[in-house]
Amino acid sequence: MNSDNGKASQVRRLPSCDTSAYRGVWVFVEQIDGVPNQVSWELLGEARKLADKRGCELAAAVLGYQIDPIVAESFAYGADVVYAIDDPLLARYRTYPYRQGLVGLVRQHKPEMLLIGATYQGRDLAGAVATDLLTGLTADCTMLDVDPATGLLQASRPTFGGTQMATILCRQHRPQIASVRPRVLKMPVPQPGRQGRLVRGTLPTLSDSALLTEVVEVIRQPAGDAVHIEDARVIVAGGRGLGGARGLALLEDLADALGGVVAGSRAAVEQGWLPHEQQVGQTGRTVRPKLYIACGISGAIQHLVGMQNSEVVVAINRDPEAPIFRACNYGIVGDLFEVVPALTQRFRQARQEWEHQLTAAATDLASYGGHPHGS
Amino acid sequence: MAVDISRSALEGASSMTGGETRFDVAVVGAGPAGTTCALLLARAGLEVALIERGPYPGSKNTFGGVLYRHPLEQIVPRFWERAPIERKVIDKQYWLLTEDSAVKLGHRSRRFAEEPYNTFTVLRAKFDRWYAEEAREAGAMLIPSTVALEAIRDERGRVIGVRTDREQGDLYASVVVAADGVNSLLSRQLGLHGELRPEHVALGVKEVIALGEDRIRERFNLEGDEGADISLLGAVTKGMVGGGFIYTNRDTVSVGVVANADAYRRSGNSPVDLLEEMKAHPLIRPLLEGGQLKEYQAHLIPEGGFDAMPPLCADGLLVVGDAAGLVNAAFFEGSNHAILSGQLAAETILEAKSKGDFSAQALAGYERRLRQSVTLRDLKGLRRLPGLLHSHPQYFAIYPELLNEAAHHFLAADGRPKRDKVRGALKAVTARRSPWQLLRDLWDVWRGTNLWP
Amino acid sequence: MHFVVCIKQVPDSLDLKINPETGTLIRSGVMSVMNLYDLHAVEEALRLKDRFGGRVTVITMGPGAAEQSLREAVSMGADQAILISNPALGGADTLATSLVLAEAIRKLDADEPVDLVFVGKQTSDSDTAQVGPGIATRLGFTQLTYVMQIDSVDFAQRQIQVRRLLEDRIEVVRGRLPALVAVLKEINHPRRASLPGLLRAARVEIPVWSHETIGLAREDVGLQGSPTQVAKVFAPPSRPPGELLSEGTNGAAAAEALVGRLAERGLLEDIWRG
Repeated sequence: MNSDNGKASQVRRLPSCDTSAYRGVWVFVEQIDGVPNQVSWELLGEARKLADKRGCELAAAVLGYQIDPIVAESFAYGADVVYAIDDPLLARYRTYPYRQGLVGLVRQHKPEMLLIGATYQGRDLAGAVATDLLTGLTADCTMLDVDPATGLLQASRPTFGGTQMATILCRQHRPQIASVRPRVLKMPVPQPGRQGRLVRGTLPTLSDSALLTEVVEVIRQPAGDAVHIEDARVIVAGGRGLGGARGLALLEDLADALGGVVAGSRAAVEQGWLPHEQQVGQTGRTVRPKLYIACGISGAIQHLVGMQNSEVVVAINRDPEAPIFRACNYGIVGDLFEVVPALTQRFRQARQEWEHQLTAAATDLASYGGHPHGS
Repeated sequence: MAVDISRSALEGASSMTGGETRFDVAVVGAGPAGTTCALLLARAGLEVALIERGPYPGSKNTFGGVLYRHPLEQIVPRFWERAPIERKVIDKQYWLLTEDSAVKLGHRSRRFAEEPYNTFTVLRAKFDRWYAEEAREAGAMLIPSTVALEAIRDERGRVIGVRTDREQGDLYASVVVAADGVNSLLSRQLGLHGELRPEHVALGVKEVIALGEDRIRERFNLEGDEGADISLLGAVTKGMVGGGFIYTNRDTVSVGVVANADAYRRSGNSPVDLLEEMKAHPLIRPLLEGGQLKEYQAHLIPEGGFDAMPPLCADGLLVVGDAAGLVNAAFFEGSNHAILSGQLAAETILEAKSKGDFSAQALAGYERRLRQSVTLRDLKGLRRLPGLLHSHPQYFAIYPELLNEAAHHFLAADGRPKRDKVRGALKAVTARRSPWQLLRDLWDVWRGTNLWP
Repeated sequence: MHFVVCIKQVPDSLDLKINPETGTLIRSGVMSVMNLYDLHAVEEALRLKDRFGGRVTVITMGPGAAEQSLREAVSMGADQAILISNPALGGADTLATSLVLAEAIRKLDADEPVDLVFVGKQTSDSDTAQVGPGIATRLGFTQLTYVMQIDSVDFAQRQIQVRRLLEDRIEVVRGRLPALVAVLKEINHPRRASLPGLLRAARVEIPVWSHETIGLAREDVGLQGSPTQVAKVFAPPSRPPGELLSEGTNGAAAAEALVGRLAERGLLEDIWRG
C-alpha cells in the first residue's frame, strides 16, 4: 500500500451524517488547459432549476491554474458562488491533487448536491471523490429533479438495458453526487457580466511523491475526417433495412441535402456498413439533433435511448408494427429505397426554393437601398 | 493430414501427465447424438471429452422441430419435467396444399395431453444446452468454442484422437465418436464419405416468429402448454421434393420449408423466396398475422436414406447422428434416430472397453445394433423412397392438386346429385392422371416404402 | 510480482428480455458472460506475467454463477481465482462493491504484496466506470484510467508508465506502484485458452469468500452498506404519438407531406440557417 499521507481510506463503515448541515447545489466545472468543457454549463443550467426549487444557492467548483476567466464564465452561466482553487499543481488534471482539492472544498463548505460532467476527466474524478467522502454517486443520469422539502436529489438513469428508467436516491449521505454525460442536458443562455461571490480555497501541501502521477507528455489526436455525430444538428440514420452499400449511399444523399451526417443502429455497425463512431444507441453514442431521420430501423429500446433527445424524429420503415413508429413525430410506412430518394429530391427542391426566396428578398432589399453591401 | 503417432504410448484412461491430454472417449459435436453418447459413457464412469464448435451446445444447430418421447425417455426418464420443453404436441396435421386450398388430415388426442405425452416442440439452442449440461453433471468434460479439425491416426491408420484448433490442442482417446453433423468434417477427412451429393441432401430454412401465448392458443385451438404440429405438402414446395412445417413453441412458432438441394438447383427456386411465399399463403398467413420475426436459420439435412449412409465404424472411430445420415426425411425424424445411435454407440464402446479392443471389428457391434434397431429397420424399409420421390415428381406437384380438386367437387354446395359430384370428382382426377397411372403410382408407393408388414 | 484482476459477470446484453407484464428483467435462460473489458484486463495481467513472471489472481464479487467467468480467466492462464459471494453482498452499489473488492485485495496483499490491480474500463450492464476509482482510493493505489497501453513497468523503481486515451488526446503518464489500471479494449487482443488451460480451469478449486472472510460486518456490505438505493423504476418518457404521413409506396406523397410538416414547424429554416 502507499501508506504515506493517509491516502488509504481505512474507514469502512459508512459514517452517519447530519444531512441538515449540508446546503447548496454545486457543479464541478471541468477545464482542460484552461478551456472549460461545455458539459459544465449544461449542468449549471439544470442545477439552477434544482437550486431554485430547493431554495438554496447554486455554486460552481473550479479547480485549475490561472482560472479567473473560467470563474467569470461560471457566474455568467448562473453560479451564485464560485469556490475556486487556483494552483500550479492543478495546471494539468491528475486524479490525486484534484481529488484532494475538491474533497477539501466539499468538506469545508458542505454542499448537499454535487454534479459532475461524465467526461473522461469527470469519470476519473467522480468515483474517487465519492469514495473519499464515503457518499453516494449515481452516474450517467439522464434526468435530475429535487424534492424541495426533503432535499433529496432524484437522479434518474436508464436501466435494464435501457428499457426502463430507475430513480436513485442517496438518502442519508451527503453530498448526493450525480454525473451526467455531455449533450444530455440543454445548454443554457449565458448572461455575460453577471456577478457572484468568489470563495478561494487552497490545496493541502503535497509532496511530489504524494502526487502519485505525473503527465509526461500529451499527444493531441488530429480531428481528421471523423464525423462527430454527437454534435450534428441533422442525422440520417440507417438500420438493418439498409441492406448494404446501396442503402448507405441513399442516406448519404439525404444527409447531404439536409446538411447533416449519417449514423446507424447497432445492426448497421455490426454488418460493417458504418464504423462504431457513428453508432447511435445504448452501446454507441447519444445524440440530440434537431432532426433525426430513422431509415429501416426497427426502434429497439437500446437504440431509442441514444436518440430520444432529438427534437423531431421521422421514421421510415416497411413494417407498420415496428416499435420506432411509437417513438417518432412523423412516420412513413414504406420502402426506404423509394421514400429516401423522394425525400432527398423534395428537400433539395425545398432548399432551392428557400434560397431563391432569400435572394429575392435580398434583391428587393437592395433595390430599396437596404442591402448591406450598398449599391 | 493425419498425424502418425505410435499407439503404444496411449493405453489407459485420461490423464494430463507428460503434457498429453488424454480421455477414454472423445465425442465430437454436442448435438443430440453426441451428447447422448457422452452422457451414457460418463454415467458408466468413463472419462469423456465432449467437443463442441459453438460457444454453447445448440448454438450452431437447428431443426424443425419436434422431439419424440422415445428414445430420450430411456436416457433421461421423465425428461419433460426438467428439460426446456416448449409445448406438448396433442394435434398432428398434414395439409395437402394448392395455391388456395388444402385437404387436411389430422389427429388430435387428449391422451397425448397426459403423461407420458408423445412428442414435444423444442428449440435446439435451449434444449441442447440443457442436455449437454446433463452430460456435464454426469462427469463429461464439455469443451465449447473448439473445433475438431481432424482425426489423429497412428502408423497403422487407427484413430487415436482428434486435433483441435486450440493451443496444444491434440486430444488423445481410445475411441473417437464423430457426431459432427450432416457435413461431418471428420468423416470426410477420414475418407468415409466424399463430398455431399446434392440429391442426398435437403436444405431447410426456418423462421421463429413471436406471436405470444394467447394468440398461439387461440389460433391453434390449444390450452395451457399443448402444442400443434403441422406438416405442409404440395404447393409450398412448387413441385420440388420436400415440405413445410409449422410447430408451436411456447410463445413463438417455428415455420419452415425443406426441399431437396438438387431440386433447388434444377428449378432455380430460392429457399428464402419459397419461405416468404409459404408464409403468405392464404391459409397460412392468418396463423402468422402480427408476428414478429425473431430468428432465421438454415440447415442442411441428410436425405439420401439407407443407401446414402457412410461406413459407420473404423479402427477407433464410430459415426453417429446426422453424420451417419440417420434421418428419415419422409417422416421428419432425425433427432430421435440421432439419440438412439448415440445410445447404441455408447453401449458398443463399453463393450469394447471391457475387452480392451477398439478395432473396427470390435466396434462393428454398433452397426449390428443399429441394424436391429428401429432406426435402420425403418430406413432400410424406406430405402427406395428417395429415388422414388425424385422419379415421381407427380406426388408433390400433382397429387395435392388432384385431391383438392376432387374434394372441391365433392363438397361443393351446388345442389348437384351426389352421383354427379362423384363423377365430377373422378373426372377431375383422371383428366390429369389416367386410372392406369393412378394404379401405377399407388403400386410404386407400396413397393417403394415397404412399410407393409 | 503479484497481479490482481477484478472481473464481473454480466448478462449478455443481446439476450436481454423484459417480462412485458412486470417490467422486470427475465434472467433465466439469459447467457452470462465475462464483462468484455474485464477480458482485456485479464489478458493484460497475463501479459505482464509472461514478461516479468509472478502470479495472477482473479477475483469477483457476484452470485455463484460468476464462478464460470473465473474459470474462463483461469483457462487463459490465471494462477488462482476467488469468488466473493454470499447473500449479504447483494444489492451493493458501487461504493459497497469497491469496499468488498478493496478489502479482498488487502487480504491478498497480506499474503503476497500486490503490485498492480487491473479492471476493465466499465461494465456493459451498469456502465458507470466507478468501481475502479473506488478501489484505488480506498487502497491508496495510484489511479490510472482509460489505459490503452502499458509502456513500461519498473518493479525495482516502483514505477509504471502508461498511455491514456482520452476524448481528443493521448496522455503519457508515469505513476507509482502499486497502481490500479483500468483498461480499454484497444490495449490488447485477449488470448484463447489452450486445451490444457481449459481442462485445468474445469478442475481447479475456487474458494468462496464471504464478507466475514474479509473482515467486514454485515452492515458494511451489500444493500446495507450502500448509500444509494433504487427508489423507483418507471417506463421511459415517450414522445407524444407520431403522425402517420403515408402508408404504401408513394414516396413522393410522403416526401411532400413531410416537408410540409417540417416547414410548418420552422425546422427546415432553422437547419439551413446553420
